[in-house]
Parts: sequence; structure tokens; C-alpha cells
Amino acid sequence: MSKKKYDVVVIGAGPGGYVAAIRCAQLGMSVACVDEWLNHQGKPSLGGTCLNVGCIPSKALLETSHLYALAGHDFADHGINIKGLKADIDAMMARKDKVVFELTQGIDGLFKTNKIKLIHGHARLAPGKIVNVSDRGSCDVREELQAEYIIVAAGSSPVRLERAPITDGYVFDSAGALEFDSVPKTLGVIGAGAIGLELGSVWSRLGSEVVLLEAMDSFLPAADKQISRAAFRSFQQQGLDIRLNARLLSTAVKQRKVHVTYEDTRGAQQVKFDRLIVAVGRKPNSDLLFGDEMQIEIDEREYIHVNDYCETSVPGIYAIGDIVRGPMLAHKASEEGVMVAERIAGQKSRVNYDVIPSVIYTHPEVAWVGATEQACNAAGIPVKTGVFPLAASGRARAMGDTDGLVKIVAHEQTDRILGFHVYASQASEIIAQAVIAMEMGASAEDLALTVFAHPTLSESVHEAALSVHKRAIHIKN
Amino acid sequence: MSVEIRVPALPESVADAVIAGWHKQAGDAVTQDETLVDLETDKVILEVPAVSNGVIEKIFFSVGDTVTADQVLAVIDDTASKAGQDAPASIDVEQAQASTVVALAGDDEQAELGRSQEIAISPSARKLMAEHHISDSAVQGSGRDGRVLKEDVLAYLKKQDQKQASEKVESPPAVRRGRVTEQPVLDLGGAGERIERRVPMTRLRARIAERLLDAQRNAAILTTFNEVNMKPVMDLRARFKEPFEKEYGVKLGFMSFFVKASVEALKKFPAVNASIDGNDIVYHGFYDIGIAVSGPGGLVVPILRNAEDMTLAQIEHAIIGFAAKARENSLAIEDITGGTFTISNGGVFGSMLSTPILNPPQSAILGMHTIVERPMVVDGEITPLPVMYLALSYDHRIIDGREAVQFLVTIKDMLEEPSRMLLGI
Repeated sequence: MSKKKYDVVVIGAGPGGYVAAIRCAQLGMSVACVDEWLNHQGKPSLGGTCLNVGCIPSKALLETSHLYALAGHDFADHGINIKGLKADIDAMMARKDKVVFELTQGIDGLFKTNKIKLIHGHARLAPGKIVNVSDRGSCDVREELQAEYIIVAAGSSPVRLERAPITDGYVFDSAGALEFDSVPKTLGVIGAGAIGLELGSVWSRLGSEVVLLEAMDSFLPAADKQISRAAFRSFQQQGLDIRLNARLLSTAVKQRKVHVTYEDTRGAQQVKFDRLIVAVGRKPNSDLLFGDEMQIEIDEREYIHVNDYCETSVPGIYAIGDIVRGPMLAHKASEEGVMVAERIAGQKSRVNYDVIPSVIYTHPEVAWVGATEQACNAAGIPVKTGVFPLAASGRARAMGDTDGLVKIVAHEQTDRILGFHVYASQASEIIAQAVIAMEMGASAEDLALTVFAHPTLSESVHEAALSVHKRAIHIKN
Repeated sequence: MSVEIRVPALPESVADAVIAGWHKQAGDAVTQDETLVDLETDKVILEVPAVSNGVIEKIFFSVGDTVTADQVLAVIDDTASKAGQDAPASIDVEQAQASTVVALAGDDEQAELGRSQEIAISPSARKLMAEHHISDSAVQGSGRDGRVLKEDVLAYLKKQDQKQASEKVESPPAVRRGRVTEQPVLDLGGAGERIERRVPMTRLRARIAERLLDAQRNAAILTTFNEVNMKPVMDLRARFKEPFEKEYGVKLGFMSFFVKASVEALKKFPAVNASIDGNDIVYHGFYDIGIAVSGPGGLVVPILRNAEDMTLAQIEHAIIGFAAKARENSLAIEDITGGTFTISNGGVFGSMLSTPILNPPQSAILGMHTIVERPMVVDGEITPLPVMYLALSYDHRIIDGREAVQFLVTIKDMLEEPSRMLLGI
């Protein structure tokens, strides 16, 4: 078989891979992208986890379910009276599928525009920077690619629990949880992290009684404590029953229900659900990509080991996104893709890992960037903080969305903003302001000296900055 | 090579000068013609520029010291071809960007520096720098792309405080923020507090006070008054305002008319244009009209030389130039020395009538005031007319009462009938 030569072969067309491929093409390289994703109709679909079973479909359903919840609970307050409110799950799913389809088509279009060779199939690396493509599950090599550079962006998959195996109709992973054909009356979620909270929110709003079982003793440990405490209270009030210190012992599907046995501080507990979602994290897809002969180092958690520039132990082979260390976030993968493409082209690009925002798309949303107050205290960094509750925001009141707070953590002496934490409606949008400010090395005073439009939720950023200096205008300091 | 910066030649009547303020410190980089230090004389503030590029090696005098002409104020080392290569404190823009470790852009390689020369300064840094009078190029920025951050300014201030604390042997260890010389703040306490504040007179003000007293003591000053109907001049202005401005690019004001009228009157009454020098009366064959303007440091009187040769437009232009220079404290010694007659316009401040004081060695001064609509009698009828009171203070030693009065009447006549100025009668 003749080998097709390319400057760059990208493995995976998710947010890491497709962005890397497009950037390489922009920089004048010949690019091939190998992707094995098949959607639930069995058709190739670009965009990886993010577009197909992650970010996008979940945001679509979150939007839909949020509107449904507003219609059911909040419209009356506005004087909008609705009779006969119904949720048409089929229509919701169809809309979600349409959004996903349009976006994956979009990537197709971008690949064509950038003249990127798209090859569907499973990729396996061979020595000499060769990429062999076969059908998934098959050993027959359909195509051989010869690459100058290889970018591995094969992503991650949901962690599977032996004690709660995926069972059709009863036990689902995050992908399956986006495909329910009806609203389960009772729903259990193993794991109260971002994914568990988002999926739990969707079905809770649509009518499920949701219980989240979290093995850790703290809620959202990566978030600032003040934020996670406020969020916890809110979610409980919304009807999400979050149980901490709940360690899964066993599950069994019996009498058309999922029986779950877990252990908490009081001992073993039993609970039944119509359906169960397992959302305990994701693991890198590093198996099946290459054998030992490639000498690509893997760490003990199966991530491909890379340095700050995403170079693996083999020169010319890079790895980005969920398959390497760092937050498993689409935007992190994309920026690593850009960095690698540019470094191949000879530029001195870097990713600033200190200023990557995290977002949880519940309502209100949770978003943060930089250090938490507790992390600074633990590291002995003297800090001062400013907090502004959304209840004091005129815009929030007008919107009827007063649950939440904005918090800034600044260095005690230099006033440099070290961390920024938001729990509020549109936190995902607001956080961008903080990321930009921190990229520019802003101090809390810089934000205090910046003019924010009124009336906006973003003004809370301004007030939080004033609060750092004990001179917020709209609250007692 | 060491280059000396000396006190410039001071004008005849000025014996010495006082260091009013330094723009640069030892170790700072300077460029040619950049102002190094301000010297305050009796009359005006002199700016002393650097005569070459370089780095200030040593400064010999501090703020408040008295210096005489030609003394060496400072020494510049001009061997550094690019200012600031060895300067510890002040770093110019290119240096700041070259040495800044932009943590994100570069790794082991040199960071790419194709950026523009403008330094980005974050808002809080800018505020701090303004409050502490720190120049833009004094602080090295450690932020992205060489941006000056608040923490950079704080570090700079800390360093300055440490430097000052170590330089002043007797000063206490407690660190004081800010400049050594405090700006006087006009805060004399709230209601009920009887606070006094004692501030020494600036040299300029002290000198002005001295000369005014001199004038009053040595001259026999009287003031004669008259009133003038300004309507004819105002009508003239109204009619020709636009074409005048179009032609000359300057507004047609009142001062030019007054200067012209004064010159014509002075021609008729030469004693008013004369001065006393010892036992002699000096009659001047030229008309140098001083225009009193209020500057930030006090009253200054720049001179219109040979006003008899100037057109109205030239007079207006010159006056605007003087006002601007006075505001910026940039009037030169030669601008304000001399003069044979002075016009003072108290009207701009709302004065209706006043008795101006002489500007020695001149023997007369004309005071203009506000124009007020008054009921006047014209041809037996009462008519509202815009009236200005004129005051002429004069030195009775050489000007008779009759001359003074008629001089003023002449001015009045010229203004009430402007064509007289054209005809010379």
C-alpha cells in the first residue's frame, strides 16, 4: 500500500484535533485528520465528545429545560400565565440533534475550506511516524499515512464503574443521559461534579426527582469554598438532593428499577431509581492508539506524558486535550492545538495554564479562574477578598435572577488579582472579563477604575473589585 | 565625558536665583534640550535645559538653594550613546521592553519585541504614578508586553523610600510615602476651628511686593478718572468681527483699541510716556506698552515693543501669546523688562473702578474696568449706554494734573470716535 505523505496528521477531530488541524492548514501545512466517531445513527460525525455527546448537546438540553422551568415556575411572577404546559421530549431531543448536526456539518465545511484531508477510521501509530487507519475493531489497515508531525488528540471517555455497569434502559453514562426518550420519575446520579450536576439539572427541571451521590466529603472541592457553599444551598433548594460522603457499594437492576446500595457516615443506605447516571469522571483514550514499540511515555493515570509544549517523549509527536495532563476542558484542548500547530511552524507559542476558566452550566452558573481563597491560604499567600451578592444588583433584580455572588481574590500587597469566582446567571460570560483582566496582570484597583455599563450583571465585577478595597457602593462594606 | 550644566546668564537687575525644582535626579537619563531644573528669579521662572544626551552624574544644589550666574548646577555623563544603559532608576521605553520577562510570550528564546514604543500602563498604576509624580518612563513594567502594573509602581516607590531613608542620616526609620516637598493643601479646618497656616512668600511674590512698595513710596501717585461710552467701539467690533477674524485668525478684542488709543494719546502727551531716572526725565521715542496679565505666580507685565508700529491684529496676536506664556510660566526675562506705559484691565475680574499702582520706572498706568449699561443723557434724552470707567494713575512729579486729565480725555475721545485714531486728532 502506498503511503500518503502529510506534514501533519491529527488524530481526533474534537475541539483539540479540529482546531489543531485548521491552524496547521492556516500556517500552510498539508494536514490529514483521522477521526473514528460514529454518532448514534452509526454515521461519522466530527467534533468529538464536545460536539456530539458533551458540551453542545448538554448546553442545548440545559437551555431547553431552563426555559421549561422558567415557564413553569417564574412566568407567573412576571404576570405571564400559562395553562397546559407540557414538555415534548421528542421535540427537545430533535432540537438538540439538529444543533449538534449543524455544528458538526460546520466543521466538515471548515475542513473543506482549509483543504484538510478527513479520513474516517481508527488510527494506530507505527514507528517512523506512520499512522495506520483501519475500521474500528478491525486490524486490517485501510490506509497508511506518513507524517512529518503527529498530533494525538484522541480525547477521553467516561469512567466506567464495575459496580454500576452500563445497562440499556437503566444505567447510563453521560452520553446516554442525553438521549432519554422520556422523563424518568426518579433519577440517581453517581458523582456530583460538573457533569453530574448539569445532567441532574436537566432532568430535574423536566420533572425528575433527582438524587446525586457524591463519594467526597466536600462539594465542588476545586471551587472557592464560599462559592461552593452558596451553590450547594441553591441546588438543594432547586430540588437536587445532593448527598455527600456517599460511596457506591453496589447496584442491581431488579423489578424495572435500579437498586443502589451506598455507604455514608451513618452506614449502608438503599435507594431505588427508575434510571441511574454514572458521572464519576473521564479517562484518557490512550489505549489502542499505539504499542510499547512507539516508546511514547504514559503516566500512571494513563495520560500521555507531555511537557509544557505538549511534546511527547518522541520527537515530532505531540499530544493535546483530554489525553494529556491538565483540566479536561474543550478550550484548553483547542488552545493546546493552536500552540502545537504554531510551534511546528516555528513560532514561540505557549498556553497560559494559570488563567484557564472553568464553568459549570447549572442555573445559576458557576465559573472560576485562578486561585481559590483556600488555596492561597494553604500556600501562605496573603490575600484580601471582595464579594458582591447579585441580590444587590439592579439588573439581577430586574431579571428576577438574584441568586449568586461575585468574588475576587487579590494579593494583599500588590493587589494583583489571583482568583475570580462567580456563581450567577451568565457566569460563563462574565468570567471572560476576569480571564482578560488576569491575562493583563490587572490589580483589583484596575477593575475598580474601569467603567462598566449599567445596568448589567457585569457591574457586580466592578463592585466586587471595590469591595476588595472596602469601598463597594451598593452594599455595606 | 562630563558635561557641566551651569546657571544661565541672569539679566542685569537680577542678582541671583533660587532652585525651584529639579525635573531629574542623579542617575536619570536625559536627552538634549530636556528641562533639568527650574530657577526662580525676581521676575520669572527660568528653565535650564540639558545641553546634551547622557546620564546625570551629580547634582550640586538642592531645592531652595540660591545660585548665581554661571555656577555649575549639575554634571552630565554623555559617554553612554543610548540614554539609560547604566541608569539604575530611570529606564527608557526600549530598555523596559527588552529586559521585561514577558512570562507568556517567550521561553528560552528572546521574546519577540516588534511592539510599538508606547508603554501600556494599567489604570491603577497610572493613578499611583500621577499621585507620586512619577514619570511614565521611570517604572519598569513587568506585565504582559511590558505593561506597567500596580505592583511595579509599588515596588518602585518602596525602592525610592528606601533610598531616601538611607540618604537622610537624621530621618527616622519609619518610611514616608511620596515626595519630600509637600504640596500645600488649602485645608484650614472645619467650622469652629481657628487654624493658622504660615507659608513663606515665594521669591516672585516677595519681589512683586517690594516693587509695589517702592513705587508707592517714591512716586507721588494720583489717580484721575473718566468714563467712556463704549458703544462706538462695540458697534465697530460687531460690524467687522467676522471679516477681521477671517483675515487675521484672531478675535478683535478691546485691548487693541485701548493700546492704539493709548499710543495716540501718548504721542500728544510725551510726559506720560517718560520716566524718571535719578534727577533726569527720560523721554522715550518709542512706545513700549505693557499689558498686565495675571499668571499663576502673580501679576506679570509683558511688553508690546514699538506698539506704534503694530496693527490691531498684531496687537491681539501678541496679547494672546503673552497670556498663554503667562499661564505656563514660560515668559522670558526679555518679555517683561522695560516698557514705557502700562495698561491694566481689572474689568475682566469684574472691577468697576480702581486706582492702579504704577509700574516703576514708568510714570503712568491706565486702568480699564467692566463695561456697565448705564442711563446716560444724550441730547437731553436718557439713553442706556455701555459705559466703562477709566482710571489713570500717574506720577505727579513729572506729569501735571492738567496733562493727566487731558491725556485721559484724549483716550476717551479716541474710543468714543474711533475714526480719530485713524485721523490722528
